[in-house]
Amino acid sequence: MIEFHGVHKSYRVGDRTVPALRPIDLTVRAGEVFGLIGHSGAGKSTLLRLINRLEEPSGGRIVVDGVDVTALDAAGLRRFRRQVGMIFQHFNLLASKTVADNVAMPLRLAGELPRRAIERRVEELLARVGLADHAGKYPAQLSGGQKQRVGIARALATEPKILLCDEATSALDPQTTVQVLRLLAEINRELGLTVVLITHEMDVIRRVCDRVAVLDKGEVVEQGPVTEVFLHPRHPTTQGFVQEAEHVDPQACQEALARAPGRVVRLTVLGAATYAPLLGTLARETGIDYSILEGRIDRIKDTPYGQVTLALEGGDFEAALARLRAAGAHVEVLR
Amino acid sequence: MDELFRNVDWYEIGLACLDTLLMLGGSLLFTVLLGLPLGVLLFLTGPRQLFENRPLYAVLSLVVNALRSLPFIILLIVMIPLTVLLTGTSLGVAGAIPPLVAGATPFFARLVETALREVDRGIIEAVQAMGATTRQIVLRALLPEALPGIIAAVTVTAITLVSYTAMAGVVGAGGLGDLAIRFGYQRFQTDVMVVTVVLLLVLVQVLQTIGDRLVLRFSRK
Ligand SMILES: Nc1ncnc2c1ncn2[C@@H]1O[C@H](COP(=O)(O)OP(=O)(O)OP(=O)(O)O)[C@@H](O)[C@H]1O
Ligand SMILES: [Mg+2]
Repeated sequence: MIEFHGVHKSYRVGDRTVPALRPIDLTVRAGEVFGLIGHSGAGKSTLLRLINRLEEPSGGRIVVDGVDVTALDAAGLRRFRRQVGMIFQHFNLLASKTVADNVAMPLRLAGELPRRAIERRVEELLARVGLADHAGKYPAQLSGGQKQRVGIARALATEPKILLCDEATSALDPQTTVQVLRLLAEINRELGLTVVLITHEMDVIRRVCDRVAVLDKGEVVEQGPVTEVFLHPRHPTTQGFVQEAEHVDPQACQEALARAPGRVVRLTVLGAATYAPLLGTLARETGIDYSILEGRIDRIKDTPYGQVTLALEGGDFEAALARLRAAGAHVEVLR
Repeated sequence: MDELFRNVDWYEIGLACLDTLLMLGGSLLFTVLLGLPLGVLLFLTGPRQLFENRPLYAVLSLVVNALRSLPFIILLIVMIPLTVLLTGTSLGVAGAIPPLVAGATPFFARLVETALREVDRGIIEAVQAMGATTRQIVLRALLPEALPGIIAAVTVTAITLVSYTAMAGVVGAGGLGDLAIRFGYQRFQTDVMVVTVVLLLVLVQVLQTIGDRLVLRFSRK
């Protein structure tokens, strides 16, 4: 759907060129929610804005649906941009226009639909984002969450195939963030839209993304399904993000682990297995005693998962490992 | 009352008021017509803007600055040949309008440029991302978003023009300024001076009030 082939980008600052993105190869699949995570200055916005060429690449090719975007002329680019919706951290709504006029704007600019059709479409869009009663208001009269909903409705106006989200929830409180993320997930599901979203919060990735790429200093250091990257982060940057999202204090963990008796394992279960009475069965069948050092049960998008660190004592350790693995758990022996 | 304003010919005052208003209206109209596109051009060709063009911006900037640094009274005199060419006379309301426009346009254009710069870049980007042409960006996003700022710029320019019209009186443009100078200053008729000054003050006050109201009316922030 969206393919990056050796795409790189440098900025000229004074008479120096500063690389913002190292050559990047990446594929976003049709219909998925693809997350890009990275610290401030990692190059997330730059990467996202290359897709609709708000930023010109310094080299490489970006292919969307078989079309080389980097080769489009001005008119071609404008047509292409109508197939790509975009929402922003600070909403970027026109303060001088009402909610309805903001949402209608992409349609009016395209100039393809008659007025009646535009009005109908705007009504439909506002209903979808739950703002049917606010059509006549101005952005300044809305809350942050409502503004972002207007942004989403506006981005969907031209029925795009792709939705780009630049830190769409970073200016919102946690509760509003969850609501907006739900809306994005719903849109992705119901309209089959491909969503690329960038964030610096792993929690956002965990809630809505199917796959994720981790960006660090202009390079993709890790990528894969969220279930994989989130539960088994390999790169230190990724590990940092996961710990932050899970409120894990690495030092406290180390200490708890050092004090624990017996062997220490980390157990990861995914899907239906999450809710199986695994530990009880284990204790009964192998005579092993377990204590939970740390852990959580939650969901990655729609997939339930559990990840716990256990201290195991007594009984048959090897048999316990085999039993856990047989039940579909992923087991890492930490000590 | 009659005693107090012994030298005041109210009919003359009325005519002078009309002349001032005509000069103001005419020159403001042309100033906006010329200055708005010039301001947009200054903005677009400016550093890091949509049509960044260093040489063009440098030239425009130089011309604007040169005209602005010229004292208006000098401009009035220097412009006389051009004014005669344009309007057939250098006197009266018609003769005053070209120098007034020449004096106010660069000033107004700069204010427009500043008002456009106040528009959040993110908004321009959002509209670009919708696939807008540059023309659409300017007409459908930049100008509407900058409207309160532009109205404020028109207000300031109108008030500046009021004082320019008074100066234009010196070279035979007529109007309240002319009256103040010919009677109030040269013939020591203080009462005429006071009346004209008060009328100019009222005019400025009215312009400012209308401007402020309009800015408020169009601000959605
Ligand atoms: N117009 C520009 N000129 C020069 N350097 C730039 C420009 N835009 C971005 N950069 C640089 O490119 C790098 C990547 O910036 P980018 O905005 O993509 O980061 P980001 O990951 O989106 O960060 P944040 O989370 O803060 O938004 C940064 O080092 C930044 O300083
Ligand atoms: Mg950014």
